[in-house]
Amino acid sequence: MNLGPHAAFIVAAYSAAIVILTTLIGWIALDYRTQHRILADLDKRGVNGRARKKP
Amino acid sequence: MMALIDLANPTRFLTLAARLLPWLATATLIAFVVGVVMAFNAPDDYQQGATVKIMFLHVPAAWLSMFCWAIMSAAALGTLVWRHPLADVAAKAAAPIGAALTLLCLVTGSLWGRPMWGTYWQWGDARLTSVFILFLLYLGVIALYQTAEDPNRGARGAAILILVGAINLPIIKFSVDWWATLHQPASVIRLGGSAIHPTILYPLLVMALAFFLLFITLHLAAMRNEILRRRVRSMRIMQAQRA
Repeated sequence: MNLGPHAAFIVAAYSAAIVILTTLIGWIALDYRTQHRILADLDKRGVNGRARKKP
Repeated sequence: MMALIDLANPTRFLTLAARLLPWLATATLIAFVVGVVMAFNAPDDYQQGATVKIMFLHVPAAWLSMFCWAIMSAAALGTLVWRHPLADVAAKAAAPIGAALTLLCLVTGSLWGRPMWGTYWQWGDARLTSVFILFLLYLGVIALYQTAEDPNRGARGAAILILVGAINLPIIKFSVDWWATLHQPASVIRLGGSAIHPTILYPLLVMALAFFLLFITLHLAAMRNEILRRRVRSMRIMQAQRA
């Protein structure tokens, strides 16, 4: 594929898009894992937002 | 069928998000693959040459950066008028996504501008400067949410800033008509129809769809994260009260 005399600018633009969007997706995915882990940990320690049924 | 009002319940929202996210992520991936293949098979523009390929990223990023602020403005109204917590969740979750899309718009625009205009940036240009202000506004909203000690006051402050910032949207859109700018006027969404040949317009529209699906997917995922974060916060407060 011939991108012409300005190929470096086109490659840089697509590289920037990959970096920015991958960082954003990765940050949101990591945040989900973190919140999920903290919630599971709190639940394991008996801290629960809901009223617990008596055994 | 789930009523719209039911979606305002965070627990039901989480259930719906869990169901929708895999489908949305798949649709986004497919749209990007098709869009990029179409973009790289599109002919060169008679004036821009191959640099028109940068437009397939720049234009959708620009549209979505403005769309995201419009969504945040609607959410800000929900926060201020109805005081619904999910409205604030929507606004807070959208801000980093909007900032990233605006940054992408600015970076790709600069990389297109250097070979086409002979400069990466022109401060006197109303379109460039108003989009840069939009980026700063996104950072301002993020900073406001991060630094507020009381989440309710932070939400109200951010909602006011978002609504004030909405004034910038028509300025961005019409800056190319109101002032003499280096940036070219609208060529896709304009009175009289698109000025772009279908061989370039169709890949552009597919890429715009891919960006739109990406925004919806990420916004839903980020809203889910924010709901979980608020649950963590209330559980920690409960834990501290018990101790």
